[in-house]
Amino acid sequence: MFVINSPIVETKQVHENIFIQKIHSPEIAQLIKPGQFLNIRVSETTFPLLRRPFSICDVSGEHIFLMFNILGEGTKILAHKRDGDLVDILGPLGNGFNIEGDYKTSIIVAGGLGAAPFPFLTRKIKNSKKILTFVGGRTKQDVITYGLENFNLSSDDGSIGFKGNVVQSLEQNLSKIDIHSSKVFACGPNVMLRVLKDFCIKYNLDCEASTECAMACGFGICQGCPIESTSNSGKYLLVCKDGPVFNVKDVVI
Amino acid sequence: MSRIDLSVKIGSLQLRNPIMLASGTVGYGNEISEFSDLNKLGAIVTKSLSLKPRKGNPPQRIVETPAGMLNAIGLANVGVEEFLKEKIPFLKKYDVPLICNIAASTVEEYVECTKILTTEETIKAFEINVSCPNVSDGGLQFGNDKNAVGNVTAKVRAVTNKPLIIKLSPNVSYISEFAQVVKCEGGDAVSAINTLVGTAFNIFTRKPKIFNVNGGLSGPAIKPIALAKVLEISRKVDIPIIGIGGIMNWKDVIEFMICGSSAVQIGTLNFIDPTAPEKMIKELEDYCIANKVEKISNLTASYIL
Repeated sequence: MFVINSPIVETKQVHENIFIQKIHSPEIAQLIKPGQFLNIRVSETTFPLLRRPFSICDVSGEHIFLMFNILGEGTKILAHKRDGDLVDILGPLGNGFNIEGDYKTSIIVAGGLGAAPFPFLTRKIKNSKKILTFVGGRTKQDVITYGLENFNLSSDDGSIGFKGNVVQSLEQNLSKIDIHSSKVFACGPNVMLRVLKDFCIKYNLDCEASTECAMACGFGICQGCPIESTSNSGKYLLVCKDGPVFNVKDVVI
Repeated sequence: MSRIDLSVKIGSLQLRNPIMLASGTVGYGNEISEFSDLNKLGAIVTKSLSLKPRKGNPPQRIVETPAGMLNAIGLANVGVEEFLKEKIPFLKKYDVPLICNIAASTVEEYVECTKILTTEETIKAFEINVSCPNVSDGGLQFGNDKNAVGNVTAKVRAVTNKPLIIKLSPNVSYISEFAQVVKCEGGDAVSAINTLVGTAFNIFTRKPKIFNVNGGLSGPAIKPIALAKVLEISRKVDIPIIGIGGIMNWKDVIEFMICGSSAVQIGTLNFIDPTAPEKMIKELEDYCIANKVEKISNLTASYIL
């Protein structure tokens, strides 16, 4: 991990309030793995003061891609940066998804902006694994399919795809899945991950999930992002350093 | 060889420059060593250690506020035993003065921690945290009480010959009175300031943004307060001061020194740019050259009022 200034190549809007930012950063592109993240300083001033964490969305050659929505002042500043502007990146951070193994099918489960890490994961595994993707959101506007393949859509209000949450959508398709040769990769709000964890334990599905928590540094010194461990007498792990990807069995979500 | 003498003294503790990394913003050194050459720094101060490991507070522990952040980590730490076994071997590899910060719930615990740690030669000094606002037991209840601060200082003083620094709370009316007590009871220096008690609420849920409700405010938002506290101590008490509070660049370091600090600690900035403290050293030297300051220690308390 290191701190580096890299230029923005392009920022484009791909969906309602969803932006993809292409950055020329060969140093990061070479090292980063799906599920890892970057902590980005969007302003040299004290507003905002702290960096903002972003999943790596995709990598192509010397370029990295971020996916984000405008949620607060930090993402607003980032979205409005011009091509050629430098972004102050700290990374690569955390542990990514473990995509190795002899499973045959990867089941991607994404809720809302939780779709962000999966274009890169899809690119990495599509030649060796079968991919089955479940994408959900509250409404049509929250269902993001950028960079994904072979997806099933769902929305809480039924405005697109299956009416219900993404875990219910997965359950509907259970008959198509060989549980013993599949691995689930998930990212989304904690409420979704909690339901998914119960589902995966019930059906004995191996599942890794990318978690999130407010954090300052992103590399373990601020101790700001605890997540409770199931294994070690309730000890706290850190989302930034021990995660953000965990096997769902190992953490209390 | 440096053209300017950047070295400073905190009591008997000699530092190669005034840039220290603050407790709770540097862990036990290993993470930050990937960004910065620890050997270039003046000193590093460990995360607060308690006798037994502390789990810390549940999330959310951190929230950003205007030009600052609130934290309520709850003194999560590995405890003295694991620190000596697992963390010291890494720190031994560096030639940077290591200062152990100790936090405790009782006077006895402060004494016990110090007794155990003082035998470790890698540890060059102690910083006693009597001012953590984020735990229900100990912490601030010591920091708000002059008798308690005096008592802790005297009792810890009795069990170590190493330099003893007391980290003072800003959440008091007259911080200089606390510095005076530290001096009288044999403390070698004070660190000022720890974080200020603050809170932030979500206006839609009407709930606090951090689990602990209150947190410690740090970052550039607190710099003017910290400077005023340092100045107050400097004018009233003859004791070395380590200035802390929202330092973001070399200019802030100089300002803290002019207001009375012998050295400074960089805190919140480490979260934002862990490469910054090391870079400041060269900039301090440039300032000294440009302003004909032969020894940086000459800046300490050089205010003109």
